Amino acid sequence: MSRVLLIEDDRAVREGVTLTLRRRGHEVEAAPTGEAGLTALEAFRPDLVLLDLMLPDKSGFEVCRRIRATQQIPIIMLTARGDDIDVVLGLEAGADDYIVKPARGEVLEARIRAVLRRAAPVDGGGPDPALPQAAAEVHGDLAIDRAGLLVTKNGQDLALAPSEMKLLLYLSATPGRVFSRQQLLEHVWEHSYHGDARLVDACVMRLRTKVEESTRSPKYIQTVRGFGYRFGPL
Amino acid sequence: MKRPALRRPTVRRPALRTLARGLRARLVVAFLLVSALSALTTAALTFREARTAILKRTQDTAVNALRSQVDSQVPDLRFPPRSSDLMKFTQDLGRAGQAQRWTVHARYKDGPMVPNNLKGTLDTRLPAGVREKVRDGIAAFQRVSIDGDPWLVIGLPVAYRDGGGEMSGLEVYAQVPLRQDAANVKALVEAAQSGALPAIALAVVPALIAARGVLRPVRELRRATQQITEGELDTRLKVTGRDELADLSRTFNDMAAALEENVAELRRMEANSRRFAADVSHELRTPLAAMTAVVDVLDEDAATLDPDTAYAVRLISEETGKLARMVEDLMEISRFDAGAAALHLDEVDVAETVRKTLQARGWQEKVTADLPEDVRARLDPRRIDVVVANLVGNALRHGGEPVSVAVRVEPPAQPGDEEHLLIEIADRGEGIDPEVLPHVFERFFKADVARVRSEGSGLGLAITLENVRLHDGTVRAANGPEGGAVFTVDLPLRRGGDEA
Repeated sequence: MSRVLLIEDDRAVREGVTLTLRRRGHEVEAAPTGEAGLTALEAFRPDLVLLDLMLPDKSGFEVCRRIRATQQIPIIMLTARGDDIDVVLGLEAGADDYIVKPARGEVLEARIRAVLRRAAPVDGGGPDPALPQAAAEVHGDLAIDRAGLLVTKNGQDLALAPSEMKLLLYLSATPGRVFSRQQLLEHVWEHSYHGDARLVDACVMRLRTKVEESTRSPKYIQTVRGFGYRFGPL
Repeated sequence: MKRPALRRPTVRRPALRTLARGLRARLVVAFLLVSALSALTTAALTFREARTAILKRTQDTAVNALRSQVDSQVPDLRFPPRSSDLMKFTQDLGRAGQAQRWTVHARYKDGPMVPNNLKGTLDTRLPAGVREKVRDGIAAFQRVSIDGDPWLVIGLPVAYRDGGGEMSGLEVYAQVPLRQDAANVKALVEAAQSGALPAIALAVVPALIAARGVLRPVRELRRATQQITEGELDTRLKVTGRDELADLSRTFNDMAAALEENVAELRRMEANSRRFAADVSHELRTPLAAMTAVVDVLDEDAATLDPDTAYAVRLISEETGKLARMVEDLMEISRFDAGAAALHLDEVDVAETVRKTLQARGWQEKVTADLPEDVRARLDPRRIDVVVANLVGNALRHGGEPVSVAVRVEPPAQPGDEEHLLIEIADRGEGIDPEVLPHVFERFFKADVARVRSEGSGLGLAITLENVRLHDGTVRAANGPEGGAVFTVDLPLRRGGDEA
C-alpha cells in the first residue's frame, strides 16, 4: 500500500512494528539508527517516515530536521507518553503527528492512513473539497492551488509539510470562520476531540513562519483568543 | 520532588493579659515580693525591739524617779496626813517630776484622790488593776491610752520608813505621758519605711536584668521552634554559657539535627521508591511496545490455531493490553509525584467536552447526561477527559446503571470568589461502604475485597484525584440520598484567553 521507513533503535519494537505493518500490506524498510535511516531515505524513497525520538546516535529531532530540510514527506514520531518536551521539540522540528508507544498495529495503521490522506492530493478532509478549482485562489499575497496542492507567496513556491498544507487548505476554505483546536484536531489530524492541542499550535507556528510577514501580528492564520484559529479575514 | 506545602502556623502577638502573665512580669513580681518581705521583716523586728527598749527605758526611769522622789518626800509627811498635807506632798512630787512631766495623785486609806494640780483630775482613769495591786501593797504600772495618747500609769504603795515594811496606807499614783516615745517609735517606723521603699523599687532593676537573661534564650527558642514548625529544619540555636538554658538550647539543636536527618532520610526513601516505580515502568515499556505492536497479529491468527493454543494466544493478547494500561497508569502517577505533570489549558465548551468523552467510549446509551449548553471553561480537555472517563467507567463497573453525568455552575460562595464548575457522576448501585469512603482515592485501593482483580489498574481514581488537583479543584466521593455513589468534581470556573 505505502512505503514506510521505520527508524527505531530497539530491535524488538523494530521487528514488531515491521511485522504488523507488513501484514497490513505496507512495504517497510527498518533502520536501527538515524544515520542508517537518512541513508535509506535516499535509496528507499518512502511515502512516510516513522521516527523514534530516542535514537542513540543522533537524536530523532536532528533526523527530523535533516529530512525536512529537503523533503516534505509525512513524518510521524514514535514517543513515550508524557515525554512532553520531546513532543514539543519533535513538532517544532517539523513532525506532522506522533504516536504514543506502546501502540497496537491498528492504531499505527489508522495514523499512517490519516497522515497519508493529508498528504495525498484533493481527496476528502477539506470542508468543501468538491469546489471546482480551475485556478488558484488568491488571498492577499498567497495563491492556493487546491487541486495541485501548491501554495505560492508572491509567486514563490512554499514548501509546506503535509500537516501544514492540510491545515492551510482547511482554514482557507472558509475565510473568517473560527475553528477550535478540538475541531481542527478532529478534522485535520483525524484525532479524537481530546487529542493533543499542541499539535495544532505547533503546526500553526510552523505555518506562520512560512506564510506570514510577521509571526507576531499574523495576517493569514489569526488567533481568536478563547476560541481557536481562523483564516483571515484579509 | 514535590514537597507538600507546609501549613504555616499562625503566630499572634501576645495580648496584654498574656504579657502580664508572662515570665518577665512574674519574675519582677517575685523579686518585688521577696524584697518587700525581707524589708518588712527587718523593719518589723527592728521596730519591735526598738519600741520595747524605748518603752522599757522610759518605764524604768519613771518608776525609779517616782520611787526616789516618794522616798525623799515621805519623811516630811505627818501621819495620818491631812488633805492639805497630801496636797503639798503631791505638789512637791509634781514639781520634782518635771523631767517626766507626770501628773501625781495620792490618797490615804481609801480617802479621796488628791492631785498635784486641780486641773488634772484623772483619778477615774486610773486603771482598776493598778489600784487593786497597790491596795494589796504591790507596786504596779500599766500602759493606757487616754484620749488617744499613750500614757504610763504607775502606782506605788508607800511603807513606813522604819516600820519593817509595814504599809502606811498612803498610795501614790503617777501618770507619765508617753507621747514623746510614741513619736520616737513613729520616727523609727518612718525610717524603716523610707529605707524599704527604695529598696523595693531598686529590686525591679535586678529583676528585669534576670528576666532578660532568662527571656532572651527563651525567645530565641520560641523563634527557632516556629521555624522548625514551618519546615526550616536546618534551624540551629547559638549556645552561650553553661546554664540550664544553654543545656536546653543544646538539646534543642540535637533534636533539630535528628529531625532534619530523619526527614531527609524519609524523603530520600520515598523519592527512591517512587523513582524505582518510575524506572521499572519505564523499563517495562519498551518490551511492552514490541508486544503491543504484534497483538493484533495474534488476534487475527488465533482463529486458525488449535483451541488450546488459540486460548493461550488470546489470553496473552488481552493481558498484554492490561499490562500496558497498568504501566501507563504507573508512569502517569510517577509524573504527578515528580511534579512533571503539565497542564495544557484551553477554553472549551464543557458540555461538548463531556459529550465527546462519552461518545469516544460508546457510553451514550448507558449514561444519561445533563449538560447545560454554553458553559465555557478554561481547562485541560485531555485531563478532564481522563477524569470523566475514569469516574464514569468506575460507576459503570462497580455501581449500577443508570449512571448519570451532570454539569452545573455554582455561583461564588462569597462575593468576589470564583464561580465553580461541578461535574457530578452518580450511579444507582449499592453505594460505597462509609468505612471505605475516605480511602477510595488511594492508590491500589480496592473497595471490594472479593474482587481481587478489576478492569482498572487500581490507579484510576488516584489519577483522577491528581488531575483534578492539577486544576486547583477537589473531588469528593459520597453516597447519594437515593442510594448509589456520587462523585463530585469541583473545579474553579475560569474563562479567558488561551496561551497561543
